[in-house]
Amino acid sequence: MKKSFLFISCEEAKHICDKSQYGEATFLEKFKLYIRLSWCKITRAYSKRNGVLTKTIKSSKVECLKHHEQQELKERFNNQLTKQNQ
Amino acid sequence: MPEHQLNPNKWIELHSDYLFNYTISRVNDREIAKDLVQDTFFAGLNSMKNFKGEASERTWLISILKRKIIDHYRKINSNKGKAEVRMTYNSDENEGDWLEERVADPFEKNAEDDLINSELEDAIYNCLSKLPEKQATVFKMKTILGYETEVICNELNITPSNLWVILHRARVTMVECMEKNWFK
Repeated sequence: MKKSFLFISCEEAKHICDKSQYGEATFLEKFKLYIRLSWCKITRAYSKRNGVLTKTIKSSKVECLKHHEQQELKERFNNQLTKQNQ
Repeated sequence: MPEHQLNPNKWIELHSDYLFNYTISRVNDREIAKDLVQDTFFAGLNSMKNFKGEASERTWLISILKRKIIDHYRKINSNKGKAEVRMTYNSDENEGDWLEERVADPFEKNAEDDLINSELEDAIYNCLSKLPEKQATVFKMKTILGYETEVICNELNITPSNLWVILHRARVTMVECMEKNWFK
Protein backbone atom coordinates (compact mmCIF):
# COMPACT_ATOMS: atom_id res chain seq x y z
CA MET A 1 0.00 0.00 0.00
CA LYS A 2 1.30 3.43 -0.91
CA LYS A 3 2.05 5.67 2.04
CA SER A 4 0.24 8.98 2.25
CA PHE A 5 2.27 12.10 1.52
CA LEU A 6 1.33 13.13 5.02
CA PHE A 7 3.36 10.26 6.46
CA ILE A 8 6.82 11.18 7.74
CA SER A 9 9.55 9.06 9.26
CA CYS A 10 10.70 9.44 12.83
CA GLU A 11 13.91 11.16 11.67
CA GLU A 12 11.96 13.58 9.53
CA ALA A 13 9.65 14.30 12.45
CA LYS A 14 12.62 15.10 14.67
CA HIS A 15 14.02 17.40 11.99
CA ILE A 16 10.71 19.28 11.71
CA CYS A 17 10.50 19.43 15.49
CA ASP A 18 13.99 21.00 15.60
CA LYS A 19 13.03 23.53 12.94
CA SER A 20 9.83 24.45 14.73
CA GLN A 21 11.86 25.32 17.87
CA TYR A 22 13.21 28.23 15.84
CA GLY A 23 9.95 29.05 14.04
CA GLU A 24 11.31 27.68 10.77
CA ALA A 25 8.87 24.82 10.11
CA THR A 26 6.20 25.43 7.46
CA PHE A 27 2.49 24.93 8.11
CA LEU A 28 2.47 21.67 6.14
CA GLU A 29 5.52 20.36 7.98
CA LYS A 30 3.90 21.13 11.32
CA PHE A 31 0.70 19.42 10.20
CA LYS A 32 2.66 16.29 9.27
CA LEU A 33 4.44 16.44 12.60
CA TYR A 34 1.15 16.68 14.53
CA ILE A 35 -0.17 13.61 12.72
CA ARG A 36 2.93 11.65 13.68
CA LEU A 37 2.78 12.96 17.24
CA SER A 38 -0.74 11.55 17.57
CA TRP A 39 0.46 7.95 17.29
CA CYS A 40 4.26 7.84 17.76
CA LYS A 41 5.48 7.69 21.35
CA ILE A 42 9.11 8.23 20.39
CA THR A 43 8.37 11.42 18.47
CA ARG A 44 6.17 12.61 21.32
CA ALA A 45 8.94 12.05 23.87
CA TYR A 46 11.50 13.77 21.65
CA SER A 47 9.20 16.71 21.00
CA LYS A 48 8.49 17.15 24.70
CA ARG A 49 12.16 17.15 25.70
CA ASN A 50 13.04 19.43 22.82
CA GLY A 51 10.36 21.91 23.86
CA VAL A 52 11.55 21.90 27.46
CA LEU A 53 15.09 22.69 26.32
CA THR A 54 13.87 25.63 24.22
CA LYS A 55 11.77 26.97 27.08
CA THR A 56 14.61 26.61 29.58
CA ILE A 57 17.13 28.44 27.41
CA LYS A 58 14.59 31.19 26.73
CA SER A 59 13.73 31.56 30.41
CA SER A 60 17.38 32.02 31.29
CA LYS A 61 18.96 35.34 30.45
CA VAL A 62 22.05 33.61 29.21
CA GLU A 63 24.20 35.70 26.87
CA CYS A 64 27.32 34.99 24.89
CA LEU A 65 29.80 36.68 22.61
CA LYS A 66 28.88 37.04 18.96
CA HIS A 67 30.92 34.84 16.66
CA HIS A 68 32.98 37.73 15.24
CA GLU A 69 33.51 39.21 18.72
CA GLN A 70 34.93 35.91 19.91
CA GLN A 71 37.16 35.67 16.84
CA GLU A 72 38.48 39.21 17.41
CA LEU A 73 39.14 38.45 21.07
CA LYS A 74 40.91 35.25 20.08
CA GLU A 75 43.11 37.12 17.63
CA ARG A 76 44.11 39.79 20.16
CA PHE A 77 44.72 37.17 22.83
CA ASN A 78 46.81 34.99 20.53
CA ASN A 79 48.97 38.01 19.62
CA GLN A 80 49.54 38.64 23.30
CA LEU A 81 50.29 34.96 23.87
CA THR A 82 52.84 34.94 21.04
CA LYS A 83 54.51 38.10 22.43
CA GLN A 84 54.71 36.50 25.85
CA ASN A 85 56.25 33.30 24.50
CA GLN A 86 58.98 35.17 22.60
CA MET B 1 51.83 17.71 40.94
CA PRO B 2 49.08 20.40 41.07
CA GLU B 3 45.52 19.19 40.66
CA HIS B 4 44.72 21.68 37.88
CA GLN B 5 46.82 23.13 35.11
CA LEU B 6 46.49 26.16 32.86
CA ASN B 7 46.17 25.90 29.12
CA PRO B 8 45.84 29.46 27.75
CA ASN B 9 45.58 28.18 24.17
CA LYS B 10 42.07 26.96 24.99
CA TRP B 11 40.93 29.85 27.20
CA ILE B 12 38.90 31.70 24.56
CA GLU B 13 37.00 28.61 23.37
CA LEU B 14 36.38 27.24 26.84
CA HIS B 15 35.81 30.29 29.00
CA SER B 16 35.15 33.49 27.03
CA ASP B 17 31.37 33.02 26.80
CA TYR B 18 31.06 32.01 30.44
CA LEU B 19 33.11 35.00 31.58
CA PHE B 20 31.19 37.32 29.29
CA ASN B 21 27.83 36.11 30.61
CA TYR B 22 29.10 36.49 34.18
CA THR B 23 30.26 40.05 33.46
CA ILE B 24 27.28 41.33 31.48
CA SER B 25 24.87 40.36 34.23
CA ARG B 26 26.91 42.61 36.53
CA VAL B 27 27.79 45.59 34.37
CA ASN B 28 24.86 45.65 31.92
CA ASP B 29 26.95 46.98 29.07
CA ARG B 30 28.15 44.80 26.24
CA GLU B 31 31.22 46.86 25.33
CA ILE B 32 32.38 47.20 28.95
CA ALA B 33 31.82 43.47 29.48
CA LYS B 34 33.92 42.63 26.43
CA ASP B 35 36.75 44.88 27.64
CA LEU B 36 36.67 43.39 31.13
CA VAL B 37 36.80 39.85 29.76
CA GLN B 38 39.77 40.74 27.56
CA ASP B 39 41.55 42.43 30.48
CA THR B 40 40.93 39.31 32.55
CA PHE B 41 42.52 37.01 29.98
CA PHE B 42 45.51 39.33 29.60
CA ALA B 43 45.92 39.62 33.38
CA GLY B 44 45.62 35.83 33.66
CA LEU B 45 48.35 35.43 31.10
CA ASN B 46 50.64 37.78 33.04
CA SER B 47 50.05 36.07 36.36
CA MET B 48 50.16 32.44 35.27
CA LYS B 49 53.15 31.87 37.54
CA ASN B 50 50.94 32.66 40.55
CA PHE B 51 48.53 29.82 39.73
CA LYS B 52 48.91 27.13 42.36
CA GLY B 53 46.70 24.55 40.72
CA GLU B 54 44.32 24.29 43.67
CA ALA B 55 41.33 25.77 41.87
CA SER B 56 40.07 24.98 38.39
CA GLU B 57 41.17 27.19 35.52
CA ARG B 58 37.71 28.75 35.28
CA THR B 59 37.47 29.48 39.01
CA TRP B 60 40.87 31.12 38.87
CA LEU B 61 39.90 33.28 35.88
CA ILE B 62 36.62 34.24 37.59
CA SER B 63 38.55 35.40 40.66
CA ILE B 64 40.61 37.70 38.41
CA LEU B 65 37.45 38.88 36.66
CA LYS B 66 35.78 39.71 39.98
CA ARG B 67 38.66 42.02 40.81
CA LYS B 68 38.40 43.63 37.37
CA ILE B 69 34.68 44.27 37.90
CA ILE B 70 35.33 45.81 41.32
CA ASP B 71 38.04 48.01 39.77
CA HIS B 72 35.57 49.05 37.09
CA TYR B 73 33.00 50.13 39.68
CA ARG B 74 35.67 51.95 41.69
CA LYS B 75 36.67 53.83 38.56
CA ILE B 76 33.14 54.93 37.65
CA ASN B 77 32.38 55.78 41.25
CA SER B 78 34.17 59.03 40.70
CA ASN B 79 33.32 62.31 42.41
CA LYS B 80 31.12 63.22 39.47
CA GLY B 81 29.17 59.97 39.78
CA LYS B 82 28.67 60.43 43.52
CA ALA B 83 27.38 63.96 42.97
CA GLU B 84 24.79 62.65 40.53
CA VAL B 85 23.52 60.16 43.10
CA ARG B 86 23.32 62.85 45.79
CA MET B 87 21.20 65.06 43.58
CA THR B 88 18.38 62.51 43.76
CA TYR B 89 18.98 61.66 47.41
CA ASN B 90 16.01 63.49 48.91
CA SER B 91 13.71 63.37 45.97
CA ASP B 92 11.45 60.44 46.86
CA GLU B 93 9.47 59.00 49.75
CA ASN B 94 12.35 57.23 51.46
CA GLU B 95 13.83 60.51 52.56
CA GLY B 96 16.54 60.15 55.15
CA ASP B 97 17.92 56.74 54.22
CA TRP B 98 21.65 56.43 54.14
CA LEU B 99 23.07 56.86 50.70
CA GLU B 100 24.84 53.54 50.96
CA GLU B 101 21.61 51.71 51.64
CA ARG B 102 19.99 53.17 48.60
CA VAL B 103 22.56 52.41 45.97
CA ALA B 104 21.96 48.99 44.50
CA ASP B 105 24.85 46.63 45.08
CA PRO B 106 25.41 44.81 41.80
CA PHE B 107 27.27 41.97 43.54
CA GLU B 108 24.47 41.16 45.94
CA LYS B 109 21.86 39.84 43.58
CA ASN B 110 19.83 38.62 46.49
CA ALA B 111 16.48 37.89 44.88
CA GLU B 112 15.83 34.18 44.73
CA ASP B 113 14.96 34.39 41.04
CA ASP B 114 18.35 35.84 40.25
CA LEU B 115 20.07 33.06 42.17
CA ILE B 116 18.12 30.38 40.34
CA ASN B 117 18.80 32.08 37.05
CA SER B 118 22.50 32.26 37.70
CA GLU B 119 22.54 28.54 38.58
CA LEU B 120 20.62 27.83 35.39
CA GLU B 121 23.14 29.83 33.36
CA ASP B 122 25.96 27.82 34.98
CA ALA B 123 24.18 24.58 34.09
CA ILE B 124 23.72 25.71 30.48
CA TYR B 125 27.38 26.71 30.16
CA ASN B 126 28.57 23.48 31.76
CA CYS B 127 26.54 21.51 29.24
CA LEU B 128 27.69 23.69 26.36
CA SER B 129 31.31 23.08 27.30
CA LYS B 130 30.73 19.34 26.87
CA LEU B 131 29.72 19.76 23.22
CA PRO B 132 32.25 19.46 20.40
CA GLU B 133 33.38 22.95 19.34
CA LYS B 134 31.38 23.11 16.11
CA GLN B 135 28.17 21.94 17.76
CA ALA B 136 28.61 24.45 20.58
CA THR B 137 29.21 27.29 18.10
CA VAL B 138 26.15 26.43 15.99
CA PHE B 139 23.94 25.93 19.05
CA LYS B 140 25.02 29.26 20.55
CA MET B 141 24.57 31.18 17.31
CA LYS B 142 21.13 29.71 16.63
CA THR B 143 19.66 29.34 20.11
CA ILE B 144 21.27 32.04 22.24
CA LEU B 145 22.13 34.71 19.69
CA GLY B 146 19.10 33.93 17.49
CA TYR B 147 20.92 34.19 14.16
CA GLU B 148 19.14 33.30 10.92
CA THR B 149 20.06 29.93 9.39
CA GLU B 150 21.48 31.66 6.30
CA VAL B 151 23.75 33.92 8.35
CA ILE B 152 25.21 30.98 10.27
CA CYS B 153 25.72 28.98 7.09
CA ASN B 154 27.58 31.89 5.48
CA GLU B 155 29.68 32.60 8.51
CA LEU B 156 30.68 28.98 9.16
CA ASN B 157 30.65 27.95 5.51
CA ILE B 158 28.25 25.04 5.93
CA THR B 159 25.04 24.02 4.13
CA PRO B 160 21.61 24.35 5.78
CA SER B 161 21.27 20.55 5.96
CA ASN B 162 24.67 20.39 7.67
CA LEU B 163 23.49 23.02 10.11
CA TRP B 164 20.35 21.08 11.06
CA VAL B 165 22.30 17.86 11.55
CA ILE B 166 24.84 19.62 13.80
CA LEU B 167 22.07 21.40 15.65
CA HIS B 168 20.11 18.18 16.15
CA ARG B 169 23.14 16.45 17.68
CA ALA B 170 23.82 19.46 19.88
CA ARG B 171 20.21 19.58 21.10
CA VAL B 172 20.16 15.86 21.92
CA THR B 173 23.36 16.19 23.98
CA MET B 174 22.13 19.39 25.63
CA VAL B 175 18.83 17.77 26.65
CA GLU B 176 20.61 14.75 28.12
CA CYS B 177 23.07 16.95 30.00
CA MET B 178 20.41 19.36 31.27
CA GLU B 179 18.29 16.43 32.42
CA LYS B 180 21.18 15.24 34.56
CA ASN B 181 22.19 18.66 35.86
CA TRP B 182 19.08 20.77 35.93
CA PHE B 183 15.71 19.12 35.24
CA LYS B 184 16.22 16.27 37.74
